[in-house]
Amino acid sequence: MPPSTDRPRAQKVPLRPGDRIFSGASTGAGVLILVVLAGVAAFLIVEAWPSLTAPAEDIPGGEGVAVYVWPLLFGTLISAIFALLIASPLAVAIALFVTYYSPRRIAQVLGYLIDLLAAVPSIIYGLWGFTVLAPLTVEPANWLSENLGFIPLFAGPPSATGRTMLVAIIVLAVMILPIITAVVREAFRQTPRLHEEASLALGATRWEMIRMAALPFGRSSIVGASMLGLGRALGETMAVAIVLSVSGGVTFNLISSANPSTIAANIALQFPESSGIAVNTLIASGLVLFAITLAVNMAARAVINRRKEFSGAN
Amino acid sequence: MPTPTTSKSPESDLYTPLSGVPLTAGQLPRGAAPLTLLVVALAAVGFWQFADWSVAACAVLGALVYTLLIYTWSRIVEGSRKATDRFVTAVVTCAFLLALLPLVSVVVTVLSNGLARFDTEFFSYSMRGIVGEGGGAYHAIMGTLIITALATLISVPVGLLTAIYLVEYGRGKLAKAITFFVDVMTGIPSIVAGLFAYALFALIFGPGVRMGIMGAVALSVLMIPVVVRSTEEMLKLVPNELREASYALAVPKWRTITKVVLPTALAGIATGVTLAIARVIGETAPLLITVGITSSDNFNPFDGRMATLSVFSYYEYVNPGVPPQFSLDRAWAAALTLIIIVMVLNLIARLISRLFAPKTRG
Repeated sequence: MPPSTDRPRAQKVPLRPGDRIFSGASTGAGVLILVVLAGVAAFLIVEAWPSLTAPAEDIPGGEGVAVYVWPLLFGTLISAIFALLIASPLAVAIALFVTYYSPRRIAQVLGYLIDLLAAVPSIIYGLWGFTVLAPLTVEPANWLSENLGFIPLFAGPPSATGRTMLVAIIVLAVMILPIITAVVREAFRQTPRLHEEASLALGATRWEMIRMAALPFGRSSIVGASMLGLGRALGETMAVAIVLSVSGGVTFNLISSANPSTIAANIALQFPESSGIAVNTLIASGLVLFAITLAVNMAARAVINRRKEFSGAN
Repeated sequence: MPTPTTSKSPESDLYTPLSGVPLTAGQLPRGAAPLTLLVVALAAVGFWQFADWSVAACAVLGALVYTLLIYTWSRIVEGSRKATDRFVTAVVTCAFLLALLPLVSVVVTVLSNGLARFDTEFFSYSMRGIVGEGGGAYHAIMGTLIITALATLISVPVGLLTAIYLVEYGRGKLAKAITFFVDVMTGIPSIVAGLFAYALFALIFGPGVRMGIMGAVALSVLMIPVVVRSTEEMLKLVPNELREASYALAVPKWRTITKVVLPTALAGIATGVTLAIARVIGETAPLLITVGITSSDNFNPFDGRMATLSVFSYYEYVNPGVPPQFSLDRAWAAALTLIIIVMVLNLIARLISRLFAPKTRG
């Protein structure tokens, strides 16, 4: 479209010093965030470098960084993935309950109750898992190893204290539940009202409305939210450090007392007593954790953002 | 020919199948679901009280029985579609109740274990020279407050300015990148933030350094993205007409932001900042590796180890003395203090947003 009037006297707005300072400061703050994120990677690499170049004998364990990190990485992945398997269906169900099933008047309060789960500090989950949950799982673990022992996950022998990978997984699941729920709820809340009402008007039951209108709309959010939860579970530290009884080694056995530790928990347990090259090794393992969580989070955000662009709701 | 709008007995007409398809469907009586639930719940409580079954078994069994009962009944009377609907309703409700169990259990556990030492001595003594009984977390509470305050002092200006940049100035690739990486930064594990602070200060002060300010830096890394996100949401809610009115009066952009936009969004921003504080005040892992622990008062964040509530609770729990009970009591009392602080902060945040929210709606 051609301009209807050209602007002969387009006066340039005077650039005031206040404006310049303010826009400079706010841009600077934004750039600072990028710098910090880059700095996290840079400083971790710098501090991890000595352990990567050091001879293998000097690394704790005596066989190099890769051998040191691998069981930890395994423990991290197995705990986080199983926690996700428990938490994500539950989270979707809870989001559905709060959005569609609960009485309208108390829906907000119920959502707030779930959010409170996220507010509890992780150390308290650790203490709770150690004191309450671990003893509770001893009986079921015995039963599992007796009756389902042929599945490698429940091979046993069951731990007498209950400080097993299973308990760590349950605690992690509880901790990531509210994070996933919050994102999924947000997606359900943005489901186009007209789609919901149209399917109800055509005689769909509430579940059919959810299956045909809400779930397709929220699908990528559910995937993204689960990955966010995965990222959180991968990096969770104190709860695992307190709950898990660690003896190294790589095993799928969830209910024995010999469990692989996780990267984060191992750092928390070893760091205060370490010095020299051991600290560098721990930082190297932290670098691995950072890389994994960064990748998971970036993928999650990409999935969630894609929904925003193509949803048609906004 | 006029079509009869009413017939003598509409009931009988409705029940006659129209070419084989019935026009009505059966329906469960009103209140069938809650009543069934009540009956099953009573039975479960009965089994728990009188047959001496465990609570968990009764709850799980009750939920299963209720789901099965309502599904079968509805399937017989109402058909498979309605039955599926009722089945999903039951499952979803159970999932919600299941999620509340840990919350209730955590609160009950912390309360019952923490009240033993929740006394004035706990809030007025440090752990200096304490071996067995007594002692308190005064030094840890002060340490937590100082470090969190420092973290807030760092995060709020950075977070606010970044949000202002994203909403008021940011266009193009840089803004997109910042939005994306702020989101990504929300997911940084807290222990990695701690390692970052350690690595940063170790490069300057040499390895093995422990200072309160390091903890504050680590917490800021966790806090900034939360502040940015919530502030950004709030600034976006400020109606554009307010900005345009201000520009029309020839008010410069920065004065518009500070005098019009920020005051309008203030309540929302305060809510976001409070929630961000609540999120980091309970962090343990980053403080464990950057600030360490000490048993005496140290309120100078630039000089050596400090005690913080969460780390205090951790060490009292994992390294109890002999007999261990005194130490464990202190750990639980610290946990109780922590949970109360977090809950109060959450409550304050909700209050602020409830009291002032309508103003921000355009």
